[in-house]
Amino acid sequence: MNSFMAWIEKRLPFMDAMNKHAIQYPAPKNFNFWYVFGILATVVLVNQILTGVWLTMNYEPSGDGAFASVEYIMRDVDYGWLLRYMHSTGASAFFIVIYLHMFRGVMYGSYQKPRELLWIFGMLIYLVLMAEAFMGYLLPWGNMSYWGAQVIISLFGAIPVIGEDLTIWIKGDYVISGATLNRFFALHVIALPLVLVILVFLHILALHEVGSNNPDGSNIKKPKGSMKPEELSKFTFHEQYTKKYDIVDAIPFHPYYTVKDLVAVVIFLILFSWVMFFFPEGGGYFLEPPNFTPANGLKTPEHIAPVWYFGPFYTVLRVIPDKLLGMIAMFAAIGMLFALPWFDRGVVRSFRYRSKLHLLNLTQFAICFVALGVLGTMPASDLANLIGRLATLGYFGFFVFLWFYSKGEKTKPVPERVTG
Amino acid sequence: MKKFILALLALAPMLAIAAGPSLHLDSADNDLSDKESLKRGFESYLNYCLGCHQLQYQRYGRTFDDLGIDQAEGVKNWMPTGEKAGDHILNTMPAKDAAAWFGSTPPDLTLEARFRSPDYIYTYLRSFYVDENRPFGVNNKVFPDVGMPHVLQGLQGVRTVNEHGELGEAQGGSMTEEEYDAFVRDLTNFLEYTAEPNKLERKSLGYWVIGFLFIFLIFAYLLKKEYWRDVH
Amino acid sequence: MSNVPVNNGRRRFLTAATSVVGGVGVVGVAVPFIGSWNPSARAKAAGAPVEVNVSKIEPGQMIRAEWRGKPVYIIRRTDAIVEALSKHDSQLRDPESAEPQQPEYATNPYRSIKPEFMVALGVCTHLGCAPTHHKGDFEEFVTGVKDGFFCPCHGSKFDMAGRVFQGVPAPLNLVVPDHSFPTEDTLLVGVAPGEA
Repeated sequence: MNSFMAWIEKRLPFMDAMNKHAIQYPAPKNFNFWYVFGILATVVLVNQILTGVWLTMNYEPSGDGAFASVEYIMRDVDYGWLLRYMHSTGASAFFIVIYLHMFRGVMYGSYQKPRELLWIFGMLIYLVLMAEAFMGYLLPWGNMSYWGAQVIISLFGAIPVIGEDLTIWIKGDYVISGATLNRFFALHVIALPLVLVILVFLHILALHEVGSNNPDGSNIKKPKGSMKPEELSKFTFHEQYTKKYDIVDAIPFHPYYTVKDLVAVVIFLILFSWVMFFFPEGGGYFLEPPNFTPANGLKTPEHIAPVWYFGPFYTVLRVIPDKLLGMIAMFAAIGMLFALPWFDRGVVRSFRYRSKLHLLNLTQFAICFVALGVLGTMPASDLANLIGRLATLGYFGFFVFLWFYSKGEKTKPVPERVTG
Repeated sequence: MKKFILALLALAPMLAIAAGPSLHLDSADNDLSDKESLKRGFESYLNYCLGCHQLQYQRYGRTFDDLGIDQAEGVKNWMPTGEKAGDHILNTMPAKDAAAWFGSTPPDLTLEARFRSPDYIYTYLRSFYVDENRPFGVNNKVFPDVGMPHVLQGLQGVRTVNEHGELGEAQGGSMTEEEYDAFVRDLTNFLEYTAEPNKLERKSLGYWVIGFLFIFLIFAYLLKKEYWRDVH
Repeated sequence: MSNVPVNNGRRRFLTAATSVVGGVGVVGVAVPFIGSWNPSARAKAAGAPVEVNVSKIEPGQMIRAEWRGKPVYIIRRTDAIVEALSKHDSQLRDPESAEPQQPEYATNPYRSIKPEFMVALGVCTHLGCAPTHHKGDFEEFVTGVKDGFFCPCHGSKFDMAGRVFQGVPAPLNLVVPDHSFPTEDTLLVGVAPGEA
């Protein structure tokens, strides 16, 4: 057995990779609650891929058959209802954990040098995930699927000159039809998941190259030879890390974080199951009531709202009283996040050691983002528009303020070694 | 962090104000595990509703099993349409003619309880009133200008509205108000069942899964604690 | 690192216990994925037993029914045909129906419940073609046998009880499906006698 393993190892260094990325990977020992969402996102991704593959076995991507085939899955296929709820609940769960994961990065400055590329890969994952979710939402071919897609695709009509032709090209028809459904299906089940998996791989690769940040934002990799031997971490790490750095305050990812993450995963699964088995409609936010009636191009649901996870950007679009500017603002809102590493000109990562102003800015950003999200699921009204505009200002303001105060910001000294 | 959460909470009432008012619905208070009620609802559905409203995603045989009706007995006495137990609950009304008669094709009701809600169905069926301006002489409080006649008028009787728009008591039906409410409750119960036939199974499986996960959590937590003694 | 000595026994036990419980969880998760491959309610409805009225079949005639997507041959055998069945046993591969190609209750010389009615799947046991019924002109294939089935694909031959002749590619007798007669005139394909 050992010689067989050695034979493999010589040709494909599997054990070495395991050591490098798990068993002897140095992770800061002070990760808190906020650091579990990456692994949770991975769990949800696996869930989505598995249940998704199984759903395609009985789903029928056609205008005539899609809605009925979903009901067929829900009723006639053994455990079909469970697979479908796992997938639909998983979609919302994905965004919940991704938003928390992103906010963790913002709070602790995990996007700052040298982790800009890591952040960019993460943002690309987020972008592809939104496209994936949007296209997946059309597939049940319910009336909300239909009109939601109608509204979003119409956005592109605001682009000068080519807009109208572009929307027709996206739809492959003059209205949303079976042709649209089929291309969305192809992208949702094949193209985008493939891109997503590749991006996740790159995201993790980039993370392991620069190493994990931590709630203190201080470095656990010190220059080689700068630490006294008794200060070094007592654990064994892969030589790739130790030959270049003195490693302090770190523990091997496996077993310490695998067992800790396991606890987090189980707690997450309890919450997930609780929603899935007892509230699969998520109070009408995960599965919207109008989607229990088939797509009807002549009958708009009383209140069209995108699924909750698009809420923040949808509100930005809606509160700006100009179609083109609204669309530009919406895409800019996402673009700002991409550029976050360059808006922040500071050198201190964690909010723990940054100015009061930064904490304030961070808090108002979170409040505005949540408010935008909540408003996105509600019908438009004057009051909602007013709050929405304030929140939009707050959202963009976060980046602008950050750019100004982050250079020469009055910060507290960052501890050399991690606390706690 | 605590301040941050408090700030978020402070925001909630503001957003609640921004949401619009909603229609008042009576609580149906139906019980999905009451098979006798479901059977009565099924029977009423076959007698009063199926003529116009199909249950195209629901099969007779499945319904028999879930409601505790013997298959042979079901095929003999509970199947006004269809030939085999595996058939869907369909009617024979041509969709085109129906659209001409009622203004639009009567919708399929398999998923009505999820599209609307059980409370909606329960309230709707009890909210018809006399309105001479409508083609069938009735209107509905919950669904204004509905295209459907009051099929259950013989049971409930007729209700009128006063000048304040309030519904009066029903007159001239074969059932008392309590009997009619119970009748509608059974029908609502049945439609909640057809909207999601797995609902009870879903919940009972949920208890098992979550129970299992809690046991798993104990082991996972102890394991974590054991390993982390190295770190602390 | 603390100075608490590591309790390896406890550690090993907890690792094993957590792995076992986790393994049970994985098996549980696999259940819906595996279970969903079973025939669905639609497939079961389509594969439901088929009722055939046999009172209209003329003696010596064959009708076809469809059950689970396969042709079912139903033949009303005349007394002459039933009598002729025992005359060519020496030319058959499996004259006693030893191979389980028929239910227990049809393991008899005429391979059916009633001698009068032959019920068999019209699927050749060689490669699945549909054999054709030759009424009175089967002697061109087997001398001395008046009626039988001939598979046009590769020339397999069966007698009027679906038994295969020697020297042809088909290895086994035609399959007799579960069937029963709830009343004198109705045949139910797919349900054994006495089953609901």
